[in-house]
Amino acid sequence: MKSAETTSITQAILVAFAFIALMRSFIVSDFTVLNVVQNSSVLKPLIFKVAGTWGSHEGSLLLWTLILSLFGASVALFGANIPQALKARALSVQAWISVGFLSFMLFTSNPFERVFPPPLEGQDLNPLLQDVGLALHPPLLYLGYVGLSIVFSFAVAALIEGRVDPAWARWVRPWTLAAWAFLTAGIALGSWWAYYELGWGGWWFWDPVENVSFMPWLVATALLHSAIVSEKRDAFKSWTILLAILAFSLSLLGTFIVRSGLLTSVHAFAVDPERGIYILALLGITIGGSLTLYAVRAPDLKPGGLFAPLSRETGLIVNNLILSVATGTVLVGTLYPLFLEAITGDKVSIGPPFYNVTFVPLMLPLVAVMGIGPFLSWKRADLAGVLDRLKFAFIIMIIAALAVWYWDTEGPVLALIAIAFAVWLAAATINEWADRVQLFRVSLSTSWRRAKGLPRAAYGMTLAHLGIAIAIFGFVGSTAWQTEVIVSAKEGTTVTVAGFELRFDGVRAVQGPNYVSRMGEILVTRDGQPVATLRPERRAYPLASTTTTEAAIRSRPMGDLLATISEPAAENAEGTWTLRVVYQPLVGFIWLAAAAMVAGAIVSLSDRRLRVGAPRKTLPAEARPAVVPAE
Amino acid sequence: MKRLFFALPLAVVAAIGGFLLWGLNPDRDPSVLPSVLIDEPAPAFALPAIEGVGVPGLSRNDLAGGSGPVLINVFASWCIPCRAEHGVLTDMVERDGVVLYGINYKDKPAEARAWLDELGNPYDRIGSDYDGRAGIEWGLTGVPETFVVDAGGTVRLRHVGPIVSDDQRKRVLEALEAARTVAQGAEAS
Repeated sequence: MKSAETTSITQAILVAFAFIALMRSFIVSDFTVLNVVQNSSVLKPLIFKVAGTWGSHEGSLLLWTLILSLFGASVALFGANIPQALKARALSVQAWISVGFLSFMLFTSNPFERVFPPPLEGQDLNPLLQDVGLALHPPLLYLGYVGLSIVFSFAVAALIEGRVDPAWARWVRPWTLAAWAFLTAGIALGSWWAYYELGWGGWWFWDPVENVSFMPWLVATALLHSAIVSEKRDAFKSWTILLAILAFSLSLLGTFIVRSGLLTSVHAFAVDPERGIYILALLGITIGGSLTLYAVRAPDLKPGGLFAPLSRETGLIVNNLILSVATGTVLVGTLYPLFLEAITGDKVSIGPPFYNVTFVPLMLPLVAVMGIGPFLSWKRADLAGVLDRLKFAFIIMIIAALAVWYWDTEGPVLALIAIAFAVWLAAATINEWADRVQLFRVSLSTSWRRAKGLPRAAYGMTLAHLGIAIAIFGFVGSTAWQTEVIVSAKEGTTVTVAGFELRFDGVRAVQGPNYVSRMGEILVTRDGQPVATLRPERRAYPLASTTTTEAAIRSRPMGDLLATISEPAAENAEGTWTLRVVYQPLVGFIWLAAAAMVAGAIVSLSDRRLRVGAPRKTLPAEARPAVVPAE
Repeated sequence: MKRLFFALPLAVVAAIGGFLLWGLNPDRDPSVLPSVLIDEPAPAFALPAIEGVGVPGLSRNDLAGGSGPVLINVFASWCIPCRAEHGVLTDMVERDGVVLYGINYKDKPAEARAWLDELGNPYDRIGSDYDGRAGIEWGLTGVPETFVVDAGGTVRLRHVGPIVSDDQRKRVLEALEAARTVAQGAEAS
C-alpha cells in the first residue's frame, strides 16, 4: 500500500516534466512543435507565450493532467493521518483517472506533434485570449475542477470499503474546500475577463461553457454543507457520497462539452468528434462506474443520527435541496437544446430569460434560509428563540427595502426584493457573529477575547455568507440600475451618463507589439471636475486576422463607467465613430464578493481542526462557543 | 425498492449519456440552422449592381437556368467575419471553380467598393441590398450567410456564419457537388 504514495509522487514529477518541456517550447518559440506554431508567434509578449502553453486543447489537457497528478501527490505527501488502506484506495482511483486522461492525450491529442519543415512564424494565439485575466483563468478553474477529483476518489474509496464515518468526512472537507475556493476564483476571473475584454458590459451570459463551470460549483457548495452533517452528526452519508461523485462528474461533463463541440458556445475549443467519443467513453466509465458502485453499496451504509423537523440538519437539507434543484435547472437549461434537437429536430438556444425565471427565484429562498441556518442548533432548534434573535436583522431588512423603494419608486420589483434579501443575509450573518462574541452584552474586552477564541472555520462561514450578500448587491445593481448610451460621435461630441459628462476627443493610431490599434480618447468630468480619461481601443491582430474591442473601464467604488468604440457605421461620414457608454452601479461588488468567499475558504482551511495532522487545541472553557459552528 | 432508489442517479446519467452520444454524430453541426427555404425555390428578388464595381446585379432570374449550382454569399463591408471568410471564398472560386454570387447587405456602395478594392472581387454578380429587403426574403439571421442554389433555382444548403475552417468549406463543396449530380440525374431521366 505504501507504493501508492511513491507512484503518485513519481507520476506528478513526470507529468510536470512534460509540462515544463512544452512551456519551454512556447517560450523559445520552437516552431517544430505544431502546437506552438498554431498558438504562438515570436512577437507575442512573454507572459502570453507562457499562457499559450494552456491556450490550446492539447496544452490545456496536459495542464489538466498535471493538476490531477499534483492533487494525488499532495494527498500522498500531506495526508499523514489518513488510514493507509483508505489512502491507497483513493490514490489508486485517482491514478485510474490519470490513466484515462493520459491515454486520451497520447492517442488523440499529442501536444508535442512535430512539423517539418518548421515555419518561420506561428499563427498567434486568439487575440481575445491574450489577456492577463484569461492567462490565469484556466489554471485556477482547473485547480477547482480537478481538485474535486480527489473528493471523488475518496468517495469511491469509501464505497469500496463500505464505510463512511465522521472521520472520512473530516479528511474530505479540506480538499473540497480548497477545490471550491479555486473554482470560485476561477469562475470570478472568467467573468471578470468577459466583463472587460469582451467589452459588452456583461459579466455572466449563461453560456454553456460558463454553466458547466457553475454546476460543479453549486454541487461543491452543497457538498461542503452536507459534509458538515456527516462530520458532526454522522448523517446524510450516502447523500454526501453522491454529491462528491456528482461534483466531479459535472467537472468531467464540462471538460467534455468544451472539447467536443457538442453545443454552440463562444469559447469552445476546436471541434473534433473523435475526441468527443473518447472523452464520452471516459465519462461513461468514470461516472457510470462510480454510480454503479454507489447503487450497489450505498443502500448498505448505516443511517446516522436522528433530528427534529426544525434543526440545523433540516436547514442544511433545505440548502442541499435548493442547490441541487438549482444545479438541475442549469443542467436542463444547458442540455435542453440538445434534447430537443435529438427528439424533434428543432433548434433552440436558451438564454438569460430562462434562467431569470427559473434560477433566480430559487436563489431567494436559499438566501432567506442562509440567514436563519447558522442560528439553528443540531438535533432540535427553538424557533421562537431563533426568530427573537433575528428580529434586528428583520427590521434592518424592512428599513433597507423601504429606502430602496423611496430612492427608486419606479424600479423593478424583483430588484427591490433581491436587495432586501441581501441586506437580510448580511444583517443576519453579522448578527450571528455578534451573538457568538456576545457583543454589547458583555464588556468589549470580553467580546474581543471571545472573538479571538472563535474557531477560524466560523469566520470562514461569516466571510463566505457575507460574500453572497455582497454579490447580490453587485448582480442587482449592475443589471437593474444600469444606464447605457449609444451615440455616433465625432471629435468634440459630448454625452452625459449617470451624472458624468464625457467628451470624445477623437481617435489615433497606436502600434502594439503584435497588433495595431485605433485608440479613442474620452475626457470624463463630473460637475466640471476631471474624473478620468477613457481610452477604448479597436485592435487589429494581423497574424490572427482578428479585430478585438478593448473596452475602457473606469472603476469607482460605487460603480463602473465603461466605454467602447466601434468602426464608423456604413451610412455615416468619415471621422464618425459609434461610441457606447455604460454606467453599471455596484458591479465591482461581484468580484469583491468572490474575494470574500475565497478568503472565507482560506481562513476556514487554516482552522486547526481541519489542518491535516495538527493536534487539536483545547479552548479555554469560557471562550468556547455555545453552539457548534457551521462553517 | 429502496435499492432501486439508489440506482436512480445512474439511470439519469445513462439517459443524459445517450443524448450526448447522439450529439456527437459527426454529421451534426450545431452551427447549421434549418431554413424553410431548403429544397424550396429561391425567393424572388432583384437587386441592382453596385456602381463602379464592374459586375452586374443579381436577381432571381440569374439563379435558374445556369449550367450548374451557384454559391450565394451575403456580405457587408462592416462585417468582420466576412473579412475572415473572404480569402476562403476567393480560393474556392479560383481552385474549385465555384460560381460565386454576392448579396451586399445594408452597405453603402462607396464602402462596398473600397472593401472589394482592398480584398479583391471573387463575385461574378453582386446585388446591392441597401435596404435589407432581399435579406428578409432570404430569412437572414445575420451576416455572413451562404446558400447553395442548384441549377434549377432550388436552395440546397444554408450556412450561417463565416466559412473559414476546412470542415465548413468541405461541407459547402459537398453540397455544391450533390446539387450538381442531382441536376444531371434529372436531365438524364
